[in-house]
Amino acid sequence: MSGQVSYDDVESGAQLAAVNYPITRLSLVKYCGASGDFNVIHWNERIAKSVGLPDVIAHGMFTMAQAGRFVTDWAGPMAMVVEFGVRFSSPVVVPDTDEGATITLSGTVEEKLEDNEVALELTAKSGDAKVLTRARAVVRLP
Amino acid sequence: MAINPDFVGKAFPPSDPYEVSRVKLAEFADAIGDHNPVYRDRSAAQEAGFPDVIAPPTFPIVISMASSARALAEPGLNVNYAMVVHGEQRFEYARPLRAGDVVTAQVTISDIRDVGRNSLMTTTTQISTVDGEHVCTAYSTLVERGGAA
Repeated sequence: MSGQVSYDDVESGAQLAAVNYPITRLSLVKYCGASGDFNVIHWNERIAKSVGLPDVIAHGMFTMAQAGRFVTDWAGPMAMVVEFGVRFSSPVVVPDTDEGATITLSGTVEEKLEDNEVALELTAKSGDAKVLTRARAVVRLP
Repeated sequence: MAINPDFVGKAFPPSDPYEVSRVKLAEFADAIGDHNPVYRDRSAAQEAGFPDVIAPPTFPIVISMASSARALAEPGLNVNYAMVVHGEQRFEYARPLRAGDVVTAQVTISDIRDVGRNSLMTTTTQISTVDGEHVCTAYSTLVERGGAA
């Protein structure tokens, strides 16, 4: 967790250092329970493969949650997320191994807006796949 | 079979009230691996200027998804849920949800269209407190793979 970022200290075009977030089958089971989304493609390899997926895939919202964590950890506790949107461009495939998969988040300060708001452009990758596109958050900073 | 476009504009009545609890917020934060104390420690949340622990930015999906599921189950809509994946998601926040909020979700089917072999449906969900304070709007696009084939 970082300290507090202030609006005046942020520069347009600044890079947000990349962070790796691990994801295993256990992550998905926990997310099923906490979110109430028990779609079988997130926990049943047999059914996931039978509907044409390479293996069990992560909930898109789990991936988005990692992007949210990346934003709020960067922005600090006094910041407020005003807007947050993503497109799920490729599934995060989670193999049945101890390591599972990794989601790597990075970002750029796209624009400084009015009212102390800052727009961030986010990139999320798992392996070579870009798993989120058009991923953007607007945060209000102190 | 494609998702039935006749349902565009269909507005569903607000959901039953959902009470946001500290235990649920901590469970959700644990499940996404987020250790931020503002999601589980009331004094940390108060230091950050909130009256109680707050929800992570993606938590409203727990509330909006239950409403979307209701829309998906609408007879005649023709959605094969096993083929459904999440296409896009966006939230606009007036403020973070927090423990103690009692909210309802009102979902409207805002768009249905075919893109290539897939059928896409977008829902717009307004999450407001039972006192009428708007907290968050969630826009979800679901993709039925092969739905338009």
